Amino acid sequence: MDMQALYQEIILDHYKSPHHAGLREPFEAEVHHVNPTCGDEVTLRVHVEGGLVCDISYDAEGCSISQASTSVLADLLIGKPIEDANEIHQKFVELMQGRGQVEPDEEILEDGIAFAGVAKFPARIKCALLGWMAWKDATVRAVTDLEAKI
Amino acid sequence: MTTTETVAAFAPVTGFDVERIRADFPILSRRLDGDRPLVYLDSANTSHKPEQVINALSEHYALHNANVARAVHQLGAEATAAFEAARDKVAAFIGARARDEVIFTKNASEALNLVANTLSWARGDLEVGEGDEVVITEMEHHSNIVPWQLLTERKGATLRWFGLTDEGRLDLSDIDELINDRTKVVSLTWVSNMLGTINPVADIARRAHEVGALVVVDASQAVPQLPVDVAALGADLVAFTGHKLVGPTGIGVLWGRSEVLDALPPFLGGGEMIETVTMARSTYARAPHKFEAGTPPIAQAVGLGAAIDYLSAIGMDKVAAHEQAITAYALSRLREVDGLTILGPAEAVDRGGAISFELAGVHPHDVSQILDSLGIAVRAGHHCAKPAHHRFGVQSSTRASFYVYTTPGEVDALIDGLDQTKRFFKVA
Repeated sequence: MDMQALYQEIILDHYKSPHHAGLREPFEAEVHHVNPTCGDEVTLRVHVEGGLVCDISYDAEGCSISQASTSVLADLLIGKPIEDANEIHQKFVELMQGRGQVEPDEEILEDGIAFAGVAKFPARIKCALLGWMAWKDATVRAVTDLEAKI
Repeated sequence: MTTTETVAAFAPVTGFDVERIRADFPILSRRLDGDRPLVYLDSANTSHKPEQVINALSEHYALHNANVARAVHQLGAEATAAFEAARDKVAAFIGARARDEVIFTKNASEALNLVANTLSWARGDLEVGEGDEVVITEMEHHSNIVPWQLLTERKGATLRWFGLTDEGRLDLSDIDELINDRTKVVSLTWVSNMLGTINPVADIARRAHEVGALVVVDASQAVPQLPVDVAALGADLVAFTGHKLVGPTGIGVLWGRSEVLDALPPFLGGGEMIETVTMARSTYARAPHKFEAGTPPIAQAVGLGAAIDYLSAIGMDKVAAHEQAITAYALSRLREVDGLTILGPAEAVDRGGAISFELAGVHPHDVSQILDSLGIAVRAGHHCAKPAHHRFGVQSSTRASFYVYTTPGEVDALIDGLDQTKRFFKVA
């Protein structure tokens, strides 16, 4: 197996200096997700306002793949309309579950395309998706809560 | 450096031919992706199987397959004889006083759950109730934590535990307070699957028996690598699994003192565990059948018998000596690696053959991924011992573990692999 294909420079860069890390205020929802098989953990907060993803902040502990993936998630989704963010999320999940057969769209996924190689390592797909699943969960909760208040 | 550092050297065991043993294990000669040889350092997870075990399984299915203890035909008699012969082999292997003290389960987890569940249904002396205490340790595998959490939660009892010293040994300083008149059960691992620590089971069992508590031992890592005499151990119940001692998966063992097994209520209800059944009520068979409802893992028991024959032919004293030698060599080589921290005893004293470690700046998953690309199989994660990892302030670790077929050359491959890992992640 080609380790350079799995561990792209972009992944290692994000791992060494994750973007948007740390937990911040304000936020409408906070979730804690774990990967029970390996113990990777992430606490993630979302701040949404006026249909926009205003902030994603997180405290994560785990391998390079899960750390870098959460960093790329924050880069990609902060500032986007929730609808667009959901679409990017969908594309990233499809890429991860595509067994290496899905051609990633750089226009949409930007640095996220670096994770294309991860899809060929079944044991690591959950690592790449940890932060993304946490974001989805938090966003659904935040939006549901906001709708409940209206 | 000007000091005269002793170069790590491997001290082979006299009369133990690791190359001859390796030839018995077909999987050790397969090639992995990229035509790499396999360096298997994950035997604490599961061991490989020698031809003798694989053939015993295949021969059972090919020639003697039948259900046990209920068929009058010749095949039924052969299968029953083979299944019960495996029980005799286990009994002799662990020093049980009687064959009826050996119960077959599907694995060690089921054996431990059998004990915790039947205790939750027990009445009389063994009953666990409100105000009673169950004592475990902080180094347990989850399978020796969760069943006791379930038991104490259901019964309103209290779960307590021994803490660990910085070296990864049990902190026994509060033993007389921890094990007291309220203690009903003390359950602990003999050899830690994460730290490698060998615990002083006999000393703890003595204290537990002073207060009338039952002693349960998780011997999953001990039976594969130590000569075992359950009668001398001082425990009341001992659980282990077949697949870690070159046997098949799907077969575990619970040994119990006859008096204890007689006092415990049945576990699962069904075929073979009864004496007689009417529509209103049933009476139960005696141990071991009382705890073996349904068709048991027959071929797996036969395979476990073959595994025990295999290890006995080598001699468990030699198996233990090789494990000790390879562990001492690995510890000395790992101590040379810059940025590497061993979790658990750093010297091969009262220590089994599993070594968990951290490599500064590289997450265990990434360590194991790079090692895997070199053909080296280790385990990464919490090894089902999250509390023990928490105790040492880490979320996960990389673990190398050894067995009868492990060579010093494989340890050297690990050390080279760790150097490559550090270079890849630019932490060298």
